[in-house]
Amino acid sequence: MTAVIPSEATPGTDDRAAGSGRRRPRAPRRSGLSFRTRGEIALFTGPALIVYIGFVFVPIALAAYYGFFTWNGVGAPTKFVGADNYIRAFTDPNFLKAIQHNAFYVIASLVVQGPLALLVALLINRRIRLRGMFRLLLFAPYVLSEAVAGVAWRLLLPPGGAINAILGGLGLDSWKHDWLGDPSVTNWTVLVLISWKYLGFAVVLFLAGMQSIPDELSEAASIDGAGYWQTQLRITIPLLGPTIRIWAFLSIIGSMQLFDLPYILNGGRPATGNQTMATYMMLYGQERHMYGFGSAVAVILFVLSLAVALVYQRLVLRRDTEGALTRGVF
Amino acid sequence: MNRPKTSRFIALAAASALTLGLAACGQDGGDEGGDWGDGNASGKVTLTWWHNGTAEPSLSYYQSVADAFTADHPDVTIEVTPIQNEDLQTKIIAALQGGDAPDIFAQWGGQEGTDQFNAGQVLDITQSSAAAIEAMGAAVDGWTTPEGNVYGLPFTMGIGGVYYNVDLFQQAGISQPPSTMEELADAVGKLKAIGVAPVALGGVDEWPAAHGWYWLSLRECTKDPRDHAAVTKDFSDECFVKAGEDLAAFAATSPFQEGFMSASAQQGAQSSAGLLANGQAAMELMGVWEPAVLKGLTDSGELDFELGWFSFPAVAGGKGDPKAAMGGGDGFSCWSKTEAPEVCSEFLSFIVNVDNQVAFAQTGIGVPVTPGGEAGLADEVLKTVAENTAAAPYVELWLDKLFGNNVGGALNTAVTEMLGGANTPAGIVQSLKDAAELE
Repeated sequence: MTAVIPSEATPGTDDRAAGSGRRRPRAPRRSGLSFRTRGEIALFTGPALIVYIGFVFVPIALAAYYGFFTWNGVGAPTKFVGADNYIRAFTDPNFLKAIQHNAFYVIASLVVQGPLALLVALLINRRIRLRGMFRLLLFAPYVLSEAVAGVAWRLLLPPGGAINAILGGLGLDSWKHDWLGDPSVTNWTVLVLISWKYLGFAVVLFLAGMQSIPDELSEAASIDGAGYWQTQLRITIPLLGPTIRIWAFLSIIGSMQLFDLPYILNGGRPATGNQTMATYMMLYGQERHMYGFGSAVAVILFVLSLAVALVYQRLVLRRDTEGALTRGVF
Repeated sequence: MNRPKTSRFIALAAASALTLGLAACGQDGGDEGGDWGDGNASGKVTLTWWHNGTAEPSLSYYQSVADAFTADHPDVTIEVTPIQNEDLQTKIIAALQGGDAPDIFAQWGGQEGTDQFNAGQVLDITQSSAAAIEAMGAAVDGWTTPEGNVYGLPFTMGIGGVYYNVDLFQQAGISQPPSTMEELADAVGKLKAIGVAPVALGGVDEWPAAHGWYWLSLRECTKDPRDHAAVTKDFSDECFVKAGEDLAAFAATSPFQEGFMSASAQQGAQSSAGLLANGQAAMELMGVWEPAVLKGLTDSGELDFELGWFSFPAVAGGKGDPKAAMGGGDGFSCWSKTEAPEVCSEFLSFIVNVDNQVAFAQTGIGVPVTPGGEAGLADEVLKTVAENTAAAPYVELWLDKLFGNNVGGALNTAVTEMLGGANTPAGIVQSLKDAAELE
């Protein structure tokens, strides 16, 4: 972001420039804002602010409040239990397993999707035939809604479904599984499906990043005698760093909050061995009508995600987002 | 921060005032033409009704009841909203809690209904529907608080049992439906020999798997330990562990279809009900809704085999009564803040009058509650269920309802885990204790 000198016509840029104030030329003070400007600010930010407070902050505050009660949703919460719900969540083997499953998705998504997407992006970035079609095919699963993809795979993956029939047809009978019911394979099934679903997104992100790398750099490298792979390893990938780091951030947060695919595929329950923190929350917060305990789990999920996001921003994204972060909020 | 804080607050306050003002204007304008506006002044009443009959024949049946009531009471309009069952359960809680509930809504009674009554959310109909309550007899007990206040009226109640494909049983050479667990194991072996899945099970929904445990605990335990446990949440009686051991022993004979852990109960041809409906499985342990579900899963809407029913087999050495049954019912309640309490209560009574109960029985959806309603039963299987219900020494409520959503849900999960190899009979009981501690 460049240092925009706020003018009366662009009041919205003020806050973002404020964070970068330390190292950039200080923007002129605007203490003399006209009534009209303030009115405009109020008019433009007001509705969004109200919606944001009403649908984000208030629910978070309410969840934090309900998390201290045992409450089945009928009448007002009266049975205050302090931190009991939190203690119970962290001593419940099923919740600890759910955290492990999320950690598995976080790490495996990075390890599997990252290099694969990079490789595909590098290949597609060359001037090959049908490049547009490859891009379309790779991106199609991402555009598909999770619900539609989940239902489709749910029909393909049962023991008597198409996937096992194909494996049988290929003579791979020993590879047949109850992909959505056998606890020893369900996490791998979900991993493959989220990789299928989100690979296209990573590829498109990487391709966009590659467009911004000047051709002159690789031209200069080839004049100096660098081969194709050498150029990619020494020039393209390092310069793609900011894009890769942003993708990894999105992937980590997505994996931590993974809900829709497992929920639609097989409920994401303990018995099928692929429960995530979010499906655990849903199980208690909705089905079992334990709204207090469910709220506590929601708060845990929120705090974990926030902590990871903040640490990642501070340690990894710092270089890329210099100036775009608001300081001193947390 | 390069701006004085006060000016920010002013901007924020101005923004809030502005939008709130706008919102308020919008609401004023909107309310005048709303559903509630055309209320009492003209003597006309509009009542909203939420039920879970989203498929035929339920859909038309509920609409016809509403239409018949309007025909008798021209000033009353009933807006019928069918909502998918699982969604409906959470929607009702949210609506009651949010203070904008439908006037008439599905009510399953039990602990949750009593909680709603004590929170002042449902209408007391003890007096206003006294005639219907008296006609119904003991059936209304599940919709009554321990203090004797009636807050809802059931329109159907039925016991569970094993639904089976009579043709496949004959092919396999099984002459009599099994009456003991040994005979059941024998039937499983014979059915496997003719290449069908003996028992269909929808493991992904968990409760179908847990039903096996419910019934085995009914056979292993006397009535007391379960009623006792429902109140005290004390699961120390060893009959609960025995029920798990019986189920584990039965599961060890691999009676279920391949992939039962990922099969749903009622959705699509690969579901457990789908397998039974299409002749790929021979039996399923289910509730009284099963015939309607099965017919909904065939192309023609009819079954191309004879459907039979037998009650859950007896367990050798079990302390429970082998004729005891388990089941549940569906009913309706009125919202405590409905604009027309008398009309609402009258409508609840209307739903369960003999004429409407006969019409309900004729649809084949379930077994009616009000005496006289059973005259409409045409379906042979439902007739058998109605006879067995009448003959049972007592009918236990489904255990996940009896124990409540929390402990009942934990039971369903734990039993399914055991069938998937991730829990033990003793572990199930431990899960029940852990869940009870959460309350």
